Amino acid sequence: MAEMKTKRKIRPRVAMPAQDALARAGNFNEVALGYSREQALVEAERCLQCKTPTCQAGCPVEIDIKGFITALCDDDLAKAYDILRQTNSLPAVCGRVCPQEHQCEGACVLGRKHEPVAIGRLERYVADAFMRQTGDTPDACRAATDLDACIPSRPERRVACIGSGPASLTVAGYLAGRGISVDVYEALHEPGGVLVYGIPEFRLPKAVVAHEVDGLKALGVTFRCNWVGGKTITIDDLFDQGYGAVFVGVGAGLPRFLGIAGENLVGVFSANEYLTRINLGRAYDHLNHDTPAYHARRTVVIGAGNVAMDAARTALRMGSSEVSVVYRRSEAEMPARREEIEHAVEEGVRLRCLCGPLSFHGDNQGCLKGLTVQKMALGEPDASGRCSPVCLDGQTEQIPCDMAVIAVGTRPNPILIEATPDLGLNKWGYVQTDPDTGETSIPNVFAGGDIVTGSATVISAMGAGRRAAQEIARRLL
Amino acid sequence: MGYTILEKQELIPGQTTMMVIDAPQIAAKARPGNFVMLRASERGERIPLTIADRDSARGTITIVFLVVGKTTAELAALNQGGEILDVCGPLGRPTHIENSGTVVCVGGGTGIAAMHHIAKGHAEAGNRVIAVVGARSRNLLLFCTELSAFCPELRVATDDGSAGHKGFVTEVLKDILDSGETIAEVVAIGPVPMMEAVSRVTLPYGVKTTVSLNSIMVDGVGMCGACRCTVDGKTLFACVDGPEFDGHAVDYAELKARLWQFREQEQGAMERFSKECRCDG
Repeated sequence: MAEMKTKRKIRPRVAMPAQDALARAGNFNEVALGYSREQALVEAERCLQCKTPTCQAGCPVEIDIKGFITALCDDDLAKAYDILRQTNSLPAVCGRVCPQEHQCEGACVLGRKHEPVAIGRLERYVADAFMRQTGDTPDACRAATDLDACIPSRPERRVACIGSGPASLTVAGYLAGRGISVDVYEALHEPGGVLVYGIPEFRLPKAVVAHEVDGLKALGVTFRCNWVGGKTITIDDLFDQGYGAVFVGVGAGLPRFLGIAGENLVGVFSANEYLTRINLGRAYDHLNHDTPAYHARRTVVIGAGNVAMDAARTALRMGSSEVSVVYRRSEAEMPARREEIEHAVEEGVRLRCLCGPLSFHGDNQGCLKGLTVQKMALGEPDASGRCSPVCLDGQTEQIPCDMAVIAVGTRPNPILIEATPDLGLNKWGYVQTDPDTGETSIPNVFAGGDIVTGSATVISAMGAGRRAAQEIARRLL
Repeated sequence: MGYTILEKQELIPGQTTMMVIDAPQIAAKARPGNFVMLRASERGERIPLTIADRDSARGTITIVFLVVGKTTAELAALNQGGEILDVCGPLGRPTHIENSGTVVCVGGGTGIAAMHHIAKGHAEAGNRVIAVVGARSRNLLLFCTELSAFCPELRVATDDGSAGHKGFVTEVLKDILDSGETIAEVVAIGPVPMMEAVSRVTLPYGVKTTVSLNSIMVDGVGMCGACRCTVDGKTLFACVDGPEFDGHAVDYAELKARLWQFREQEQGAMERFSKECRCDG
C-alpha cells in the first residue's frame, strides 16, 4: 500500500479513434480519425515533463516535444503549433506517417514500464486543430515557418529545388521565410512527391498535403510541375539562370523486382505502379478519373514494409476478396510499422510468413494465375540483426492469385544522375553528400531524402532538407 | 497554365491528328527519339506520345496521334488556341545517331510520324536515309512530303496496293537488303507485329535493327516500372532505358500481352467519354 502512494498513477494511453475495420476496408477515407480536444488534453497530461527529455533526441528533426505538450496542456494551441513549426515544416503529415515507435515514442521514458506518450497523435491533433482554427486564410508565414514575420524574398537570392517531396518542401519552407525565393521543379503534374503518389488517401489525405503546399505558395514559393530535372532542365541550366543553390530531392526511383520467372506477366505490378495509378491517378474514384487500376479477386503482395501494407490495404479497398502478404521471415521481423500491420490484419489482410517467392505462373494469354512459394524457417541472425530465413527443402506451396504487387524497395532514379555526370555517388548508386550540410560533390548543389539514403521515411527526408536549408541560408544570407 | 495548341491539323479525318504545341522548354531539349507524357484534363490519364518534330527557334513540339481511346479522343476534341493541361518532357534516351552511312527508316501507320523525327536526325547527321512507309491504304499514309524533303528514297507499301508496293513494308525492306547496298542500320517504328516482322527480316542479314517500344507508362520518369520489357533476357524500362531497343533482342510476345492489360477499363472510360460528348453536344 505504501508503494502505491509514492508511485504516480499512470493512465492508459488514449486510444486513437478509428473507422470500423470492416467499414473502412470498403472506402478510401482516412482510417485514424484524430483525437478530440478532450482526448488530446488527457493524453498530453500523461507526459511526465522530464527534466531532461529523451524523446527530443529520438526525433530526426528534434522537435521540442516537451515544449509543445506543455503548451497543449496549457490549452495554448497557437504556441504548441509554433513550437512544432520551429523544426518541423509538415506536422500534419508527420503526425500521421512518422514511425514514432522507433523515434520519439521509442525514446519516451514512460515507455519503459508503460505505454509511451502518444506524441505522434498529439502532433497531428495540434496541426489539424490549428489548421481548422485558422481556416482557409492562415497567416502564410506562421503556417509555413517558425518565424513571426517572414522576410520578403529578394529576387537576387534564388534557390531551385528539384522534386517536390518532403525534403524539398522542407527546404522551400525554411528558405522562403528567410528572404530567399524558391522555385520547386516537379516532374509529375502535382506537387508533393511520395506524399501524393505513394501514401494512400486512407493514411494521408491529399487535402492535408495540398494545404501544406498552398501554405508554401502563399509564402511566394513557385511550383513548376511537368519539369523533369535532368531532362527539361539540368543543374547547369539552373545555375545559368541565376540560382545561387540547387537542392536535389528527386526521391526513390525504379522499383526493385525479384528476378524470378514470370515477373512480367500481366497482373504483376510494382507497388510504385499500383499505388501511383490509384493515388496520383485517383483510380480509386474510377468513375470520375481515367487512369485504370487492375481489378483482381485474389491479390498477393510481396514484401512486408509500409509500402507493402499500403498496397495490401489498397487492394482490399479496390475490391479484392482475398489479399495476402507474402514474406520470407516471420511477423516479428516485418519492417512495417506495427500499427500498419495491425490495421491491415484487422481489415482482413492475411499474413503468409516464412514464404519466399519462387516463381509466378500464368495462362496462355500471359496473365498471372498463381505464385509458387518456398516454405522457410528462421535461422541465425544475419548482418541486419534479423533472423535470416532458411529454405525448407522440398516444401513449396502454390498460392492462386490474379494480381501480385511487388513491394521490395526501389533503386535510385537514374534520370538526374545520368544527366549530371559530376554528381558523386556512393557505392549503392545514391548521391553522396556531406552528412553535416547535405552538400554534394558539386559546390552549392545539395541533396537529401531517398535519393541519398535509399527508401527511408518522410521525417528523415525532412531532417536532411532542414540541414541543407540551414547551410544554404548561411551561404546566401 | 496549360500548353497552347498553336496548330491543329486532321491528317486522316476522324483518325489521326497532328498538333503543334507551344512548349519552349521541351523544344529546346528535344532530340529525335524522345517522347512526352501528357494529360488532356484534370481527370485524365497520363499517356506517352513520341515527339514527331520540334522547332527550337519557335519553341514548339509536334505530336501526332491516332484516336484509340479516351485520352486521344479528348485530345482530338481540343482545338487550335486551346490548351493541353500537362505536357512533360522530353523523356527517354534520344536515338543514337552517328554518321554511319545508309540507314533505312521504316514506319507503319501512326508510327510514320515518330519515325519522321528520327529519319530527320539521321539525315542531319549526314546519313543517306531510305524511308519505307506502310499503311493499309493510300489515304492512311502520313508525312510523305516531309520525308521526301530529306530522304533520297521514299518507298511505299500499302495493303491494298493503292500506293506503291502492294503488300507489307517488310517485303520492300527485303528488296533493299537484297539490293547489295550496305545498310548500317534499320530503324522501325509502328505496330508491334510490324516491328517484330522487320526484326525477323533483318536478322539473317546481321543488320543492326532499332525499334521504339510503345509500352504502357504511368509516370514516364523512371518510377513505376509499368513499361518494363524483356530485352536480351533482361528486364529494362522503356521510359529510362529506351524507348529504343535492339529489335533482335526484344520479347515481343510479352510486350503484346502487356499492352492489353487495361483493355476493359480503357473501353469503359471511352464509353463514358462518348456518352458525355453526346450529352454535351
